[in-house]
Amino acid sequence: MSKSHRRPPLSPEAAQIVRALQAGRPSRRSMLTGAGALGMGAFLAACSTSAPGATGSATGGAAGTGTAPAGKPSPAVDTSDTDKVVNWANWTLYLDFDDKSKTYPTLEAFQKKTGIKATYTEDIEDNDSYYGKVQAQLKAGQDIGKDIIVLTDYMAARVIRQGLVQPLVESVMPNKTRILPNLAEVSYDQGRKQSLTWQSGYAGLAWNKAKVPGGLKNVSDLWNPDLKGRVEVLSEWRDTLGLIMMEQGKRIDGKFADADFENALAVLEKQLNDGQIRQVKGNSYKEDLISEDALAVIGWSGDIFQLVAENGDKWDFAIPEAGGTLWSDNMLIPVGSPHAKNASTLMNYYYDPKVAAEVAAYVNYICPVQGAQAEMEKIDAELAKSKLIFPTETDLAKVQVFYSLDPETETKYTEQFQKVLGN
Amino acid sequence: MAIASVAHTGPAAPPPAPAGRSRSLTPYLLLLPGIAWLTIFFVVPIVTLFGTSLQVPAEGGETGVFVQAFRFANYVDAVTEYWAQFSRSFVYAGIATVLALAIGYPLAYMIAFKAGKLRNLLLVLVVAPFFASFILRTIAWRQILADEGFVVSSLKWLHVIPQTATVTASAVAVVAGITYNFLPFMTLPLYASLERIDPRLLEAGSDLYGNGFTVFRKVTFPLSLPGVVAGTLLTFIPAAGDYVNAALLGRQPGTAMIGNVVESRFFRIVDYPTAASLSFVLMAAILVLVFLYIRKAGTEELV
Repeated sequence: MSKSHRRPPLSPEAAQIVRALQAGRPSRRSMLTGAGALGMGAFLAACSTSAPGATGSATGGAAGTGTAPAGKPSPAVDTSDTDKVVNWANWTLYLDFDDKSKTYPTLEAFQKKTGIKATYTEDIEDNDSYYGKVQAQLKAGQDIGKDIIVLTDYMAARVIRQGLVQPLVESVMPNKTRILPNLAEVSYDQGRKQSLTWQSGYAGLAWNKAKVPGGLKNVSDLWNPDLKGRVEVLSEWRDTLGLIMMEQGKRIDGKFADADFENALAVLEKQLNDGQIRQVKGNSYKEDLISEDALAVIGWSGDIFQLVAENGDKWDFAIPEAGGTLWSDNMLIPVGSPHAKNASTLMNYYYDPKVAAEVAAYVNYICPVQGAQAEMEKIDAELAKSKLIFPTETDLAKVQVFYSLDPETETKYTEQFQKVLGN
Repeated sequence: MAIASVAHTGPAAPPPAPAGRSRSLTPYLLLLPGIAWLTIFFVVPIVTLFGTSLQVPAEGGETGVFVQAFRFANYVDAVTEYWAQFSRSFVYAGIATVLALAIGYPLAYMIAFKAGKLRNLLLVLVVAPFFASFILRTIAWRQILADEGFVVSSLKWLHVIPQTATVTASAVAVVAGITYNFLPFMTLPLYASLERIDPRLLEAGSDLYGNGFTVFRKVTFPLSLPGVVAGTLLTFIPAAGDYVNAALLGRQPGTAMIGNVVESRFFRIVDYPTAASLSFVLMAAILVLVFLYIRKAGTEELV
């Protein structure tokens, strides 16, 4: 189409009016040029002032704050005694919730007992994105408005290593000694000085009982042609690839060869490219189990029990015969928090066996507190027998904790995994 | 004022004399808030982003720690590694834009010329989806089009689609999702420019023996071009950078768009320099495409 067709023809008079109007004010083009020149000036000015400021700073987000990469931020001054509040960021469906009153019963009781006002938010969608969101502020030593955050082992290890959290105030934590023996010592935090387990859980196999009547015993059962396009695995690669590696007879609780990792990755890649795996997902695999887009998944133990509680007894969970992963989520106090003592008081409260049992009865993950099983008897005798809340020796023998990778290896593996996902 | 004087002096009149000095400053003063805003929220971040894109990992390999350098090879690496995702983004965005135009144009035309009393109601319906978060709406589509859902089961029962077909978790679903999410951005500018058309021009077209189609081709469509240009830009630009649709409706590894790569590089791998270079390349590529498009379509209509 030629130019003349594109524009409505104007009468000579109309054209005159348009021309006059345009002459009476700067034309749009000259305005844009002016703005461009001004913009360019600002650009250059910004270049000359902020580029050196950005030098040496850890990230774009922190540019200009002048933090040195080597220097770790120092903890904020604790104002807990005068400012009786604690702000807690946690994952979804991770604290007992009363649908009727829309409150968290154990948290209400905590406020009554201690007079500390607690604010609870389900802010953490996954480890990586939460780290991405808060790390720049934490590296600058700023308060992120949270006094407790909850992160999985490897991310807890990272924030402790980088000095982004502060020590617990152990003087107000007599219950801390009640932690399960196998959780008391972790490689990333000797003596649990900066972290305390919130809940633990398994990654294993889950399936729709009606559509997969035989159930699943091993990861390779997911590759059954009948399930083509209806299988989902976790985007937390330690769980997905950890399970595949164990199926291949490797251990994941100590250093392994790159080739072991790559062999497991090759299995994942093949199943993705063949269309056997529908999607690789975080928490949202639960919705796909409900809609039945996914019939068999690598998933987390507590999730499946909550699904059953809310949507009927349609799914089952098992630790693969070759082994599953055991992970923990840990409570930590961000370095900028001025309420470390209040936060520690709250952690101590949740290590009271009675309170821990109440939480476990709702979340159905492994309860990290000794003595909670006896308290659970009083709440729900059935749950007190649950192997997923109070693990048996046999189950614990079947699961492994993914070992702490050094940052370089962690980056390398994550990158390889993401590339297989097409990213 | 100016109009009146022109009307009186006739077609040959020279343009009025340029206004005084104080007046010529006014536009710049008026621009000041905008420029300040752009400087703080666009120029400064973009300079920082550019700085980040040239950084290299710090010694010792600690996660998320980078030092400033001028490693322009970051860009080469990013593009050679991810050219497939770049092209996929532009192809998906292009198809979605064409589809949105094909759906949005008749819709806007109908609302502008044929809706009568229903016009306002229909406009509200076009805008109504904005009342809910678009992530929620995209998740809703996943449930509506689930394998065992009513829609897909019915289509399978009618043998419209093969028994093993899945609707979600596919490239088609991603493009459809983008089209759906950006349709209002296409429809509203189209409506605005169609609605402004003087009906007398259409009458004149008919009076000059143009049939319905000819009038549309020679009068209506050319007059609606500003809307088409604005609508396609408003759809294409955000669509090319979108990652939500590919994340929710796509299927790894075949549907990852460049937005997903940036997300993965930034949050998962914690590789800020590559994420920043990818963002920069995306911006530059969009800028070039839009520039070429506007050169072709003409800016004058973009009022």
